Amino acid sequence: MRRYTPKDNVQKRAKYNDRYWVAPIIPRVDVSEDEHFASVSKIISESVELLDSYIELGQLVLEIKPEQNIDAITALKEECGYSVCSELSAIDYLSQDGEFEIFYQFLNMTERKRARIITRIKENQSIESIVPLYDMAKFAEREMYDMFGIYVNNHPYLKRIIMPDDWEGHPLRKTYPLEGDEFASWYEVDKIFGKEYRDIIGPENRDPARVDRYDTQRFARVGKEVPFGADPSLVDTTETPIEYSSAPLSDYNKGPHKTLDKRK
Amino acid sequence: MQQPNKLRPFFENLNFERDDNTMVINFGPQHPSAHGQLRLVLELQGEQVVKAYPDIGYLHRGIEKMAENMIYNEFLPTTDRLDYIASTSNNYAFALAVERLIGVEAPRRAQVIRTMLLELNRIISHLFFLATHALDVGAMSIFLYAFREREFAMDLMEDYCGARLTHSAVRIGGVPLDLPDGWLENLARFLDKLPSQIKLYEDLLTENRIWKMRLENVGIVTPEQALSWGCSGIMLRGSGIKYDIRKEEPYELYSELDFDIPVSDRCDSYGRYRLYMEEMKESIKILRQLIDMYYTTDSQLMAHAPRYISAPKEEIMTQNYALMQHFVLVTQGMRPPKGTVYAPTESPKGELGFLIRSEGEPYAYRLKCRAPSFFHTGILQDILPGTYIADVVTIIGSTNIVFGEVDR
Repeated sequence: MRRYTPKDNVQKRAKYNDRYWVAPIIPRVDVSEDEHFASVSKIISESVELLDSYIELGQLVLEIKPEQNIDAITALKEECGYSVCSELSAIDYLSQDGEFEIFYQFLNMTERKRARIITRIKENQSIESIVPLYDMAKFAEREMYDMFGIYVNNHPYLKRIIMPDDWEGHPLRKTYPLEGDEFASWYEVDKIFGKEYRDIIGPENRDPARVDRYDTQRFARVGKEVPFGADPSLVDTTETPIEYSSAPLSDYNKGPHKTLDKRK
Repeated sequence: MQQPNKLRPFFENLNFERDDNTMVINFGPQHPSAHGQLRLVLELQGEQVVKAYPDIGYLHRGIEKMAENMIYNEFLPTTDRLDYIASTSNNYAFALAVERLIGVEAPRRAQVIRTMLLELNRIISHLFFLATHALDVGAMSIFLYAFREREFAMDLMEDYCGARLTHSAVRIGGVPLDLPDGWLENLARFLDKLPSQIKLYEDLLTENRIWKMRLENVGIVTPEQALSWGCSGIMLRGSGIKYDIRKEEPYELYSELDFDIPVSDRCDSYGRYRLYMEEMKESIKILRQLIDMYYTTDSQLMAHAPRYISAPKEEIMTQNYALMQHFVLVTQGMRPPKGTVYAPTESPKGELGFLIRSEGEPYAYRLKCRAPSFFHTGILQDILPGTYIADVVTIIGSTNIVFGEVDR
């Protein structure tokens, strides 16, 4: 029987897991430990509903509802002085919870503090754009859309940014394999030669470790070498035996053996 | 959408022939001044840019995807390929994020060596910026002078780790090697020579009429724009906002070092060029202090954390338990605790940070590389309109974008 592989997460997994090992969790500090973060958390909780708030590795983490992201981020920017949004993107939790986690990473330059707002949306749910607040979202949200397929409402120009415009699939989803899917293997062949040449060219090799025994232009035919570029079907491909050096080698298995009798 | 084929290639339905006075031109991706693989679609009214659309992704290798399929130590050499001009800063940013995740601090000597490599890389990167930027603007000889000095700095890197571009010299938990014999003397000799070279560049450029005409009041980034676009590094300090992560959120040894953060409120390419020169001088200052610091450290190079980091080679070869740990760490990989970390560092280009979500597995559940150049490319669409076509190249040059980290 073929080995079962999960289809909802095709990323590499650990081969061996200790049954009794429980992964430790990075300690979450209560927001009241830090004066600034406590006040930020209080201000945000006045404008939106806070699902969770804690300090992780010195950075404030606030979990909010996805519909309230604009309200929360406006309060964070206008009232708490978080003038820079350094990064925003998503994390794919579709296989576990059917949700994406979206994070916004902020920086307060006067207090030298960093905060992160996280929110979870369902697979087909979209989220409001923060372009009116931070211009960086013009690029970052496009990347999020490109990589995860999360639609961002009211984005001025929501379009693929890194992948080509006519690409299918969203590469950072856990269901997308590392070496690309069926579409990816034909994409360049179709582009360069045209669909009608698919039979002649074949799908693109997207696995750099693959050994192609009909490849005559690389060194993948050890023992079955043919002239460069020659058609392997026309060449005699009986295996050439590997020649070993005939220099005299001393065989240590012959002759008097060392006995361990004395080591009783 | 137009169906692309061989005769009608895919151009996102750009209409190159227009009825009005504007003209659409396609700049790059294979343009020498596109700093790699930037494609800009520019809409021109005469010589003036009315609309600019930066198109990226021509160097996309899926590094964030690869991070999800590699153990942490395996991924570290991949980070070299982000900002390949200063790869130690990428290695370091990743190593720092993982170290914060597993709660390990590198030993003192490793910290000194890492900080040295970071600053040496900053010099290499800034010299590269100066060379290519000057070449873009038209000053050919600077390119040759700056590359000569960069070559000496790269020789130092090569002496240390054997590689010139892809160093992987910083590892999670420390550095793999001590400095070779005579390295510090060579570094000191290089540092003695560099200020006179920087003076040579400044003599050639700073008061040069053509250089000033090409750079002054070109590529204005207002402080509001810089903040809103998440600019960092010199793009931010060139707009008069004094924020350097080395100073404000110190990591490694920067809290103990004495250096200044140059800042300019000119907001233009000329101000940024001046900052690059000043930063190189500060790096020289830092490196000189580090040479003295090195002699006060003891010889430990990797942190002692048997759960996450292999023991030193001598222990692995002599002690059974160290060998077992090493075997598990190499074949299975370390398993950091569950949680998220975002560790910002000041790379030569700006704020480079890795956000890592760990689910307690040897593979990162999600790794987001916050690359400064990504946003510095994005800001082009806002600062290019209104400028002239001849200045476009200057502006791209002065943002100092590297496409390895834009496309990742």
